[in-house]
Amino acid sequence: MTTESNPRPEPTGGLDEAAYLRIEASPEFRRLKSAFRRFVFPLTAAFLLWYLLYVVMSAYARDFMAKKVGGEINVALVFGLLQFVSTFLIAVAYERYSRKTLEPLAADVPTDAAGASVPPQRSAAPSDASGGEAGETRPVASEEEAE
Amino acid sequence: MNAHHVLAAATAASRTEHRTISLVLFAVFVAVTLFITIWASRQTRTAADFYAGGRQFTGLQNGLAIGGDYMSAASFLGIAGIFALSGYDGFLYSIGFLVAWLVALLLVAEMLRNSGRFTMADVLAFRMRQRPVRAAAGISTIVVSIFYLLAQMVGAGALVNLLLGTHGEAAKIWTIVVVGALMIFYVVVGGMKGTTWVQIVKAVLLMIGAVVMTVWVLSKFDFNLSHLLGAAADSSGKGDKFLQPGLKYGATDVWSKLDLLSLGLALVLGTAGLPHVLIRFYTVPNARAARTSVNWAIGIIGVFYLMTLVIGFGAAALVGSKAIMAQDKGGNTAAPQLAERLGGGSGTTGGAVFLAIIAAVAFATILAVVAGLTLASSSSFAHDLYANVFKRGQTAEKDEVRVARVSALVIGAIAILLSIFARGLNVAFLVALAFAIAASANLPTLLFSLFWKRFNTSGAVAGIYGGLVAAVGLVLLSPICWGGKSATVPKGNPDALFSEHTVAPFHMQNPGLFSIPIGFLCAYLGTVLTREKTAEKYAELEVRALTGEGAH
Repeated sequence: MTTESNPRPEPTGGLDEAAYLRIEASPEFRRLKSAFRRFVFPLTAAFLLWYLLYVVMSAYARDFMAKKVGGEINVALVFGLLQFVSTFLIAVAYERYSRKTLEPLAADVPTDAAGASVPPQRSAAPSDASGGEAGETRPVASEEEAE
Repeated sequence: MNAHHVLAAATAASRTEHRTISLVLFAVFVAVTLFITIWASRQTRTAADFYAGGRQFTGLQNGLAIGGDYMSAASFLGIAGIFALSGYDGFLYSIGFLVAWLVALLLVAEMLRNSGRFTMADVLAFRMRQRPVRAAAGISTIVVSIFYLLAQMVGAGALVNLLLGTHGEAAKIWTIVVVGALMIFYVVVGGMKGTTWVQIVKAVLLMIGAVVMTVWVLSKFDFNLSHLLGAAADSSGKGDKFLQPGLKYGATDVWSKLDLLSLGLALVLGTAGLPHVLIRFYTVPNARAARTSVNWAIGIIGVFYLMTLVIGFGAAALVGSKAIMAQDKGGNTAAPQLAERLGGGSGTTGGAVFLAIIAAVAFATILAVVAGLTLASSSSFAHDLYANVFKRGQTAEKDEVRVARVSALVIGAIAILLSIFARGLNVAFLVALAFAIAASANLPTLLFSLFWKRFNTSGAVAGIYGGLVAAVGLVLLSPICWGGKSATVPKGNPDALFSEHTVAPFHMQNPGLFSIPIGFLCAYLGTVLTREKTAEKYAELEVRALTGEGAH
């Protein structure tokens, strides 16, 4: 494996480092990664800001939060309940996005030994039907380390 | 049973007729969970069984177990109590605890499941030199878990007198010992499988109890939330103020408001760095199940916190803050007192039975949480410190699991002893501190590991120690430890750990606002000031995390 000062006891799942580099450079993986980050990063920023707005208003805008909107229900309560609603909606949205977009993209990434030996062509055409027969070279890794 | 003997010998208070029912119900829960634990031990053969429950739990099961792990007595009794005594401010806690799950869902759960194996450090050390990072992550895991554990166990000791109407120190000590012994048994014998089932059973019981109370309370107010709020506000004697933020976090000086922000930040960023939460993601077969389990958990925990709002305001309206304060100044008995009131009031059979049920559920809640914490710290000790730091990865799985069991016993015993010594102290701050450390020490390193290509060993180590030292250090300088009167703490803090008179040099109780940026900054500087690059291993981590290739 690696040097003695750097033991790496975790089995790496049967692929070697070069294979992972090739997969990482494959257009299919790049698409998956950008689809993931494009969705998750803005959403994380949005819900954190939305939550911090709620906390900041609870600390600094107490008059506004105290306004009644109907019966005994005030802005603070509505704002708080909206935090629950937004949390549930984001969870549902991410689940849908994962099933519709991310999981199919992940399935397209060539992670078997044959696919993994696709040369790292960044300019490769975005063909979803990534033939699989791209390179009938030797299997990259032979031993599956059973857990 | 000694505990029973001690409890029975205690002087009878007015509201103790429920004690026997409570103890019987609790004994039934214990018997069921012990049976499950022994069954689980027969199914536990490999390290993956012990650490990760064989990775065979479904999304729903794990979602329930996450709820069981997360909804502590502090969030059931504590938040209901804040609602009951301070009104709206309970929401500030529960919303932070809930929104935090989005960090875990979007950024952590699936990637951790795919790339790690047994502990948080598996992912933190993935790209790095193993020993320094595992040592740091193991230390921070154990510190976070032990702080959280102490808060729960000391809390259990304090609760027994309130819930069972017993008196004196003996009942407290016996409670801590019994809770500790059961938790050690669950973990040592049942491993992750046993612990998970205990948490599932507890989550179901807690949800049933909360649903019954919520519907019952709402039925008294024609299912009209506005009526309930109005009645709570009237009964509190504080009028509309009771329904607005600020009664608990009401001081208007600069530091107090920043303290509230600091608390909010630690709550929302801490959850995804709590080791006992993170290891739950390893108990399912794949990333999709990890994701659905977080979604179930968000649903369960969200509904639960909405119910604590009704329960807390219900206690304010139906029991009244005077009666609650008479039992416990902190309001921890608001929910059980409400149960007694709903059942028919003090002295009625219905009241005694419902009080007994809720009290038993509260103790079941504590047991499930402390078991999860003990498992997280013993797993990390065995897998990170023993196997990878001391033995440099040269151990047999069997050895490792044996060490995990022994360390669960030792950590449990230490926790019992510390809790007995700390039983007179006000340790509620330890929960907030555990969240702050998780957010300051664990989360920056976890996020940089998963998302920053340039990140390296020095950065990971600097981030963990920097965040840990900053969070603990600031609390050591805070009004929690130094109780002198100041503009921020006008009445001083007579419960201060070190001195009642010296004024605290740091004015906030919650360090997160400073310690979280310090954690990120240390991780950043540690990286850019050293030359090591981990881009190749990062490619592997990314591929595995996003595709599930090579997942355990």
